Amino acid sequence: MGKNQLSIKSIVAIGIGAALFFVLGRFVAIPSPIPNTTINIQYAILGLFGVIFGPVVGVLAGLIGHILIDLSWGSPWWSWIIASAVYGLIIGFSSKYVKVEEGSFGKKEIIGFNVCQIIGHAAAWIVVAPVLDILIYSEPVNKVFAQGAFAAISNIVSTAIVGTILLAAYAKTRTGAGSLKKED
Amino acid sequence: MAAILSYIERESVIHKLTGTTKLIFFIFWSIAAMVTYDTRVLIVMFFTGCLLFYVSRLKWTEIRFALIFMFVLMAINMVGIFLFSPEQGVEIYQTRHVLIHLFWRYTVTIEQLFYMFNFMMKYMAVIPVALLFILATNPSEFAASLAGIGVNYRIAYAVAIALRYIPDVQKDFREISQAQQARGIDLSKKDSFMDRMKNSSAILFPLVLASLHRIEVISNAMELRGFGKMKKRTWIVGRKLSARDYIALVMAVMTVVFSMVVTFYDGSRFYNPFL
Repeated sequence: MGKNQLSIKSIVAIGIGAALFFVLGRFVAIPSPIPNTTINIQYAILGLFGVIFGPVVGVLAGLIGHILIDLSWGSPWWSWIIASAVYGLIIGFSSKYVKVEEGSFGKKEIIGFNVCQIIGHAAAWIVVAPVLDILIYSEPVNKVFAQGAFAAISNIVSTAIVGTILLAAYAKTRTGAGSLKKED
Repeated sequence: MAAILSYIERESVIHKLTGTTKLIFFIFWSIAAMVTYDTRVLIVMFFTGCLLFYVSRLKWTEIRFALIFMFVLMAINMVGIFLFSPEQGVEIYQTRHVLIHLFWRYTVTIEQLFYMFNFMMKYMAVIPVALLFILATNPSEFAASLAGIGVNYRIAYAVAIALRYIPDVQKDFREISQAQQARGIDLSKKDSFMDRMKNSSAILFPLVLASLHRIEVISNAMELRGFGKMKKRTWIVGRKLSARDYIALVMAVMTVVFSMVVTFYDGSRFYNPFL
């Protein structure tokens, strides 16, 4: 197998990640304090997959999952699909700094994960999605940025709470490097 | 649980096309609709799409809920556009024909109505073809068709895995969520917002662990069967293109060319009837 090829584990992680993203995004609606809006819990899971498996899995799971969600409703809205993929990519880069696989999830990792997810959501919903909406659909500038800002804030909050809790719980299930000690 | 669009078996020309053809057709159609803002092109595309839908022998009643959903989405979008930017149409078409002045900065202009009509058509023009792609493509053919358009087969396989495991993940989710509900964990409005977020983690965490376990099992099984040893792979449902596929592909290319030519020959994306 070539070096640049995806490993089998990554392929499966993309598939299962996309399936999770789809199920949570399509069927799970958690009401938010603002009337008639729901919290997108799938981005917390996508964040977790990005941290565990890296940027390639993040970008592809986000892309495939979001395309499947849109297709199941009838018609794709490409600008927001691409934004999901961008978020998956950026959160995936945090896997370099947040070594959750090794069982450590302290203050440093919490901050690292949350900084990455905030950058990721901001880039996706305040830059990519609105700019593409303007380019493709010529939507009014103030409308798309208002929409994007709202999406960014609600996704950042849900990922910060749910994503952090999940990662902390996950880290506890991993055995840390050097966790064995010689008896005195 | 909300109904969901999926494959419907039917005897029709559209169903007989290979998945690859339908995928390319859908992608080209989307590109054409994304690039153009020309009213004439969009209307032609919409009616051609409807005609193809008719040919496929699928029934409108089978997709009623999807249409209602898309209609609501579109209506919300329209209201949003008008609230945020009632002069967007004037800006684009450079003229201003006032119909009625409502209040404050809100004036209904013909340009705004025309712009919103175009915006709607841009979305509508893709709907029939997108629906055809979803309803008339056998999901097990989907991965083969992705590989058919030159996507790396590993990625095509990832898509196949996603489609295969969506029902399983859904079942996992339902079971875990019911088990947690039995323990008094609730996601509805009866709990406070912060509690809801914490409760959702109580459901998601077992789901994540189950999924990670599943990844382990599947990737071991694939490893054992020598997945990825060869540069290429074959697909059980892969089919060769036939004459009718080539006709459909030529039609897809012609749509893009037609859309580009009509859109750009006067130097602007927009068709402007006001000048």
